Formats: sequence, C-alpha cells, structure tokens
Amino acid sequence: MSPTDLAVQEQQAARNKQRVVNDFSIQIATVNGSGSQTANMVLLRSILLMGVPVSGKNMFPSNIAGLPTWYTIRASKRHYVARKKEVDFLVAMNPETAKEDVLTLEPGAAVVYDEPLKLNALRGDLIFYPVPFDALVKPVCPDAKLRRLVRNMIYDGILAKLLGLDPVLMEQALAKQLGKKAKAVTLNAGALKAGFDYAEANFTKQDPYFIEPMNETAGKILIEGNTAAAIGCMMAGVTVVAWYPITPSSSLCESLITYMKKYRVDKTTGKATFAIVQAEDEIASLGMVIGASWAGARSMTATAGPGISLMGEFAGLAYYAEAPAVIFDVQRVGPSTGLPTRTAQGDLLQAAFLSHGDTKHIMIMPSSVEECYTMSQEAFELAELFQTPIFVMMDLDLGMNNWMSDGFKYPEKPINRGKLLTDETLKRIGEWGRYKDVDGDGITYRTIPGDGMPVYFTRGSGHNAKGQYSERPDDYVDNMDRLARKFETARKFVPKPAIDAVPGAKIGFIGYGTSDWAIGESRDQLREETDLKTSYFRLRAYPFNEELGNFIDAHERVYVIEQNRDAQLLQLMKLELTPERQTRLRSVLHYNGLPIDARSITDDVLAQEGFEVARKTVRTAGSSAGMTGGE
Amino acid sequence: MATPLKVNRIGLEPQVYKGGKTTLCAGCGHNAISERIIDAFYEMGVDPRQVIKLSGIGCSSKSPAYFLGGSHGFNAVHGRMPSVGTGAMLANKKLIAIGVSGDGDTGAIGIGQFVHLMRRNLPIIYIIEDNGCYGLTKGQFSPTADLGSKLKTGVVNDLPPIDTCALAVELGATFVARSFSGDKRQLLSLLKAALAHRGTVMLDVISPCVTFNDHEGSTKSYAYVKDHDDPVEEVSFVPFFEDIAVDYAPGTTQEVTMHDGSKLFLKKLEEDYDPTDKISALKRLHETARRGEFATGLIYIEPDRDDFLTLLNVVDEPLATLPLDRIRPGKEALEEIMEGLR
Repeated sequence: MSPTDLAVQEQQAARNKQRVVNDFSIQIATVNGSGSQTANMVLLRSILLMGVPVSGKNMFPSNIAGLPTWYTIRASKRHYVARKKEVDFLVAMNPETAKEDVLTLEPGAAVVYDEPLKLNALRGDLIFYPVPFDALVKPVCPDAKLRRLVRNMIYDGILAKLLGLDPVLMEQALAKQLGKKAKAVTLNAGALKAGFDYAEANFTKQDPYFIEPMNETAGKILIEGNTAAAIGCMMAGVTVVAWYPITPSSSLCESLITYMKKYRVDKTTGKATFAIVQAEDEIASLGMVIGASWAGARSMTATAGPGISLMGEFAGLAYYAEAPAVIFDVQRVGPSTGLPTRTAQGDLLQAAFLSHGDTKHIMIMPSSVEECYTMSQEAFELAELFQTPIFVMMDLDLGMNNWMSDGFKYPEKPINRGKLLTDETLKRIGEWGRYKDVDGDGITYRTIPGDGMPVYFTRGSGHNAKGQYSERPDDYVDNMDRLARKFETARKFVPKPAIDAVPGAKIGFIGYGTSDWAIGESRDQLREETDLKTSYFRLRAYPFNEELGNFIDAHERVYVIEQNRDAQLLQLMKLELTPERQTRLRSVLHYNGLPIDARSITDDVLAQEGFEVARKTVRTAGSSAGMTGGE
Repeated sequence: MATPLKVNRIGLEPQVYKGGKTTLCAGCGHNAISERIIDAFYEMGVDPRQVIKLSGIGCSSKSPAYFLGGSHGFNAVHGRMPSVGTGAMLANKKLIAIGVSGDGDTGAIGIGQFVHLMRRNLPIIYIIEDNGCYGLTKGQFSPTADLGSKLKTGVVNDLPPIDTCALAVELGATFVARSFSGDKRQLLSLLKAALAHRGTVMLDVISPCVTFNDHEGSTKSYAYVKDHDDPVEEVSFVPFFEDIAVDYAPGTTQEVTMHDGSKLFLKKLEEDYDPTDKISALKRLHETARRGEFATGLIYIEPDRDDFLTLLNVVDEPLATLPLDRIRPGKEALEEIMEGLR
C-alpha cells in the first residue's frame, strides 16, 4: 500500500467518523462456478445469527461457470429487505468486472479486493483493503485442486474482522451450510481464520460499517421462495406433479422432490404417496396435471414465462372443460428467452388471459416466502373449489433468493376437495349434469373416474349442461355466462388485499408480489424525507374485489407500482374500472432485470408529484457491468 | 317368463358397452374399430366404470363417444392425449386407459408426446386409427401417407411415411401391433390381448377414409390394404378366465403368457419370426414396407417389463383418493424442516 493510499484512507476515515451500524449493503463480485455461494450464504447466515435483519440477492448469469455474478447482502436494522441500489461495501474478486464495479461505487464506499487487481489506483475517494488471496489460500488448502473453492471463504474472514462479525457464529453458519462434510468444514474454517488473522494483522478499520448484535431475528428461518412453495404444496397434499426444468422455477420442483421423498413415503410399504414426473416439455407437464386432476388428484406444475407461453392451449382446455390445476409461474425477464436469470413481473397479462377465446384465469400473488407457503395451499383449495387453473405468480427474486422469515405455521384446516358429487348431493339435486349450475354460483358438481358416480364426457369442444357435444347458440352462451358467473364468485374467495389506509393520505400505492418490500421502504422515505403520506393497497389476487375501487376513490392519485414495461396490472385494472377511477391512476415501472428498489420508486413518485429530484446516477454493479457477449 | 339376458362374466349386458350414435361417415373404418372395442371389453368382462377413454382431435378422436358409454371420457387437445392419459393414470393406477388417436394426431402434432409415452411404458392401450390423411379438414396428407400415394386431387405424396409401429418398437413400447379395420378376427384378438397386457400397447389400425382416401392410387384404400395385408402370424387369444386347451404341432406356434395369466398363441406363418425379439420385429416391418405391404398382427411383445407406475413406486391405492393423514405430513415434519432452515 502506498503512502498516498494511506493518506486518502485517513481522509475518508475522518469524513466517515459517523459509524454506520446494521444499515448497509455488501456486494460480492465473483465468477460463477467458483464456489462463492457457500461463502456468501455463510456471511448471510452469520449476520442473521447476530440478530440483525438481513437479505441476500443473487445476480447471476445464464451460464454454468466462468461468467460474472454478484451477490448482494443487505443488513437493515429497520427490516428493509428489498434490494438497496447503492453498494456500500464491495468485495471485488472478479478481474473481469472489478474495474467497472469500483467505478460505479458511491464515494466513501469500501472495497476488499484481490491485491493483484490493483484497484486502489482507480479512485481516490474509496477505502481499499487489498488482500493477497492466492498467498493466503495456499497454506490452508494444500490440495491445489480445491483451492479455487476454498479461496472465497477468505473474504468472509476479512469481512468478519472488518465488520465485527462474531467468529463463533460464523463457524456455526459454516457448519450449517456444509452439513456433514467434515473435510470441507475444516478446510473452510481454516480459510475463514486465515482471512480474519490477515485483516487483524494488516488493516486499520477505515470504513464506517459495522454489524452489531441485535435481537431481531430470533427463531427466523432463511429460505428461498421456491422451497417455501414446495413445502406448501406438500402440506396441501399434492399427489401428482409434472414439470419441465426451466430457470427460475426448477428449484421449486427439485426441493419438492427432496421433501416428498423424506416425508411422503409410506413407512410400512416404502411406497410413495405421490408421483412426480419430469415431462418432455411444459405442454406435456400441464397435460399431465390436467389428466391427473380430472381423475381426482391434487396436481401441479411449476414453470416460467416461456413455459407459460407453451401451456396456452391446455390452459384454455382446463378453463373450458373445468379441470383444476395449480401452475406456479416463477417469472423471469422476457420477451422470448429474455434474461433467464433476472427478475420481472412481466407475465401478468399473459397469465390472466392465457389461451384463445374468452378465457380468463385466477391468479394469486405472494409477496413473501411465508405467502409462498400459505398461498401454495390456497392455490390447491381454489383450484378444486373453482375447478379451474390457478396461477401462482411468483418471480425470480422471490423464488430463488434467500429471505428471512418467521417459521411457517402448520395448516389448521383439513383440505377441501370442492364440489365432488356424492349420493347425498345427487339425491338433493335430482338430475345431475356435469355443467349444470344448481347452486347459482357458477360452480358445478363433478365426478371422477372410478368413483362409481355418473360418468360424463369431458371435452374442449362446445358442450351443454350435461357435457354433451353441442354447437347450439343458446348452449354456448349459457355455458360461457356460467363460467363468467363462476369467475364473479371467485372474487369473494381469492386472497384479499392487504390495505394500509393512512388517514389524510392523498396518495395511494398499489403493488403486488416482491415490489412490496421496496414499496414499504419507499413509503418511509417519502414520509421522512418529504413529509408525503401514502396509503398502500397490496394486491394479492385476480380477479379483483370491490375494495380496489374503494381504495382508488379514497385517494387523489394512485401509483400502480410494478416490475414490467407495459404497466400490466394497470392495464388489467383499466378493463374493470370506471373512467373516473382510471384518471387517478399513475404508473411506476421498474424493468431492468434487477429487483425493484425503494429509491427508484421514491424518485419516480417525487418527480411525478412535481418535486425537484436530485437524480443521482447511482449505477449498480450487475446493472452496468459486462454481461454482454460471451455466449 | 322373460328370456335370460345375455351377460358377460361380470354380469353386464352387451348394451352397457355401447356408446352414442356415430357421427362419422357411413362405412368409415373407425366405426368398425369402435365395434371391436365394444366386443373386446364386453368379452373380457371389463367394468366400464373403471375405464377411461381418451383422445386427441380429429375424426378418430371423436370415436370414444361411440363406445363404452358408461365410462368417463376425455377428448383432449390435438396431439396431446398421451400427457392427459399419463396424468390420469398417475392419479389412479386402478383405471384402465384406452386412448384413440389418428395418424395426424399422433404422427404430426403429437409425435413428441407419442415418443415419450412409448418410452414410459405407461399402462394404456393406444390406438391409432390410421387412414393416411386428415379427414376432418378434408383430406390433406398425414405423416403416415406412403411415398407415392395419391390424393383425390392428384397430388402425390413425396415424403417418406412414419412407421408408427417401428417407432414404437424402437422407443420401448412393450406391445406393438398393427391391424386392419376390415379384419374383425385379428383386431378383436389383439384388443383382448391388449387388455391382458400391463404396459403400453401401441396398436396401429389401418382404417380407410371412405370419403377422402379410398380411391385408386391411394395406398390406404380398402382395396389396396386388403391386397397388401401381410399377417406375421395367426393370433389366438385365450383369456385367463377361460379354460381352453389349444393344440398345436410343436414348433408351429409361439405361446406367450400375459400379465394377467391370459395366453396368446401365435401361429407362425414364417419360420424365422419371433415377436419377442426387437430386431426380428424391426426387420420384418422394414422388409414388408419395402414390398409395399403392411405387416399385421402382433409385431412385438415384452410381457414382463415394469410399467411406469411400478417404476414410480407409487402406493397400491389410487393417489387421487388417499385420505388427508396420508398426504399431509404431521406437525413434527414441518418443525423439523423449519429447524433445518434456522
């Protein structure tokens, strides 16, 4: 380190005398396939174990090994778990992106970097901690082949020392992450210590960032939304699963397989109470789901946008022939192949009307991992209650990132299989027709093959109340009107919105899914920075219910916040809202593939509200760095 | 006193196995196939309430409405019946599935799902009512149309046909047969044997389209098929519930014991043909095709391979109706999972 560097660092230290505790973000830039995930998870869990609210977001390439990847960890004493736009602490391990990663930092940020990269020459307004990773890894990992994997654990040790993480808790986190692999635990613990010792011997703390123990995470779990949904499906009693691998949904079915093998195998016979099939494509996946649910099983599939596109025809069949189906759409960036490993809420309109003709579907929209768990169960209930596909609209940010949550509660209610025809019902209603609406709610009684009840012929072609083939205009209209009536009934049964009505607020926010986290933080920013009060309507399902209109009426301007280009939710709302209500709607859109952040919302709303916004050109690594070419 | 009604071994009358009135063209081969299906299910004493009838889209796919009126039916989307059938069988392994497809429904839009159905050896009887053309859209060529076959309009097919039997053998189907809608005896024997088999039955039935493909120059016309039908053996089927001794001279007949104990007696018409040998089956199919003929009969059989549901190791009862306590793990399971995530 040159004397000039030291001088710069001292200046910085003076400027940053104010300690920043439990409120900053760390970004780790590595090459994918280099084993950084273990190091990152250990860091994340260590902060959690220190009682500090934390979130982790992985920005990774659509590639197996060798391309840049960024992992962002945010510690927030205020429980903000959305992505933070600004990076406060950078760990630069990737030579390819290091320069740009450093150039995009805000002044005063800290950088731990691989010494040979000489990043300290790039900027005079940052704090640099050079680390000779190669030299440090050699003694702790004699096996040269393993060094690449162990090397990253050294930055955990460095950060432990610099940020004040408890080394005992770090080792605990390490053991949790690596489980029973004793050799790996020993090697990594050595690396952790080597990093810690190096930092202790060579660095004077220059940056203001600290992690200090809190008591905010007792009993919390760390879990990905896909895993949470899988647990929900298992608890919902799913019996048939058909899927086709696609990012970012694959881990939903993969973790489901793991759990089902453990908890759903009959102890006496050793046989499975489920069937999970990796189908030949998404079309076959949904076909199998429909066949299974038609024959009475609780069945599901999970996919992403391209799979949803392929499922169009079958989705229409399930709507029209009235077969239950649970379809998880873990949304990624489109159109087409798009950005397969980035997040978006771009499938909303597509899912709502998937298939030709007058088709429309019920969608439910979890915001949290806890809702991934509970809404998975609700999805199966709704699918059987309404005998129709239910789309669970997740996204990559929710599905594939680790989120902190309270432990999940065991379901209290037994499952409800919906209107299955019984002898009793048959006696009550007299004559049964598969599509005869005897209760006036649009939902008809069904029988399943092998149940000994009256049979019917299921078809995607025109049919009358008895399920017979019909091209008669009156039969067609009656059936379509009944389906519309069923959709109306669904308004009362789908998950209700979560509304935070703030007295005196003239501005309302409407959002859904993962935007929730950034919206909450943005509302705080608006209130604290500009005294702007906002109410909030978190949508949890489509079709909407009447509370949507009431919320809009209660506010002068309503910002619909979503992660797509075309304001898809706003467009969907416009189809139902009166022209007067429509005039109150504004749009806040975020669609660069990164999870939405609070500052972007705040700035956008302030600009639309006529405030002078000092537009900071904060550029986040990953949003700017070299993800071009290289296919 | 009323005359005693004719009933089968489970006490059901033939009437129970009939379906709705056909809306296909008079003389359509598909109607003959429906009649043989009715006969086979009646004679085998299959409970119609345990049967599911499946189909895709096309003339052929309408036919499940015309047989087994007492069974649940599902007329799915074009070319995708295999996945729907797969799902239904996963839900309830006790069901007996019969799927009816056409040569377009299978060979064109549905070839992907067909391929994977054959690989899985799902218990299903998959019938292709094969007329080499698209009837419902008025006579265009389908992928099973033979090279050089002529449309009514004079258009000649210049692409090679897909031989669905060869494909099925290659892909792993465990019961592959070809028949002709006009050969009552052979078709009935094969259908009954199909009901005795556990695994995928692929039965390609050449079924001339009387409206669009029954003219001079067509290789799927009644006249042409009748003249070029080349049976690989004489098929006799003896169900497990009938105690019939079959006498045959040693070396003339191959006996195959089916999954349910029924027996197939295959009287050899050619010395070297062995339907339990894949290579023999493929060789025969190719040789017959080269002569412009159709090899019919039981082409290939593998009676003992595990079906898809066995491979998946699912419980013996239908998954669809398992009670809650068997499909929702207990509280302690959830707590264990949560602990692992802390």
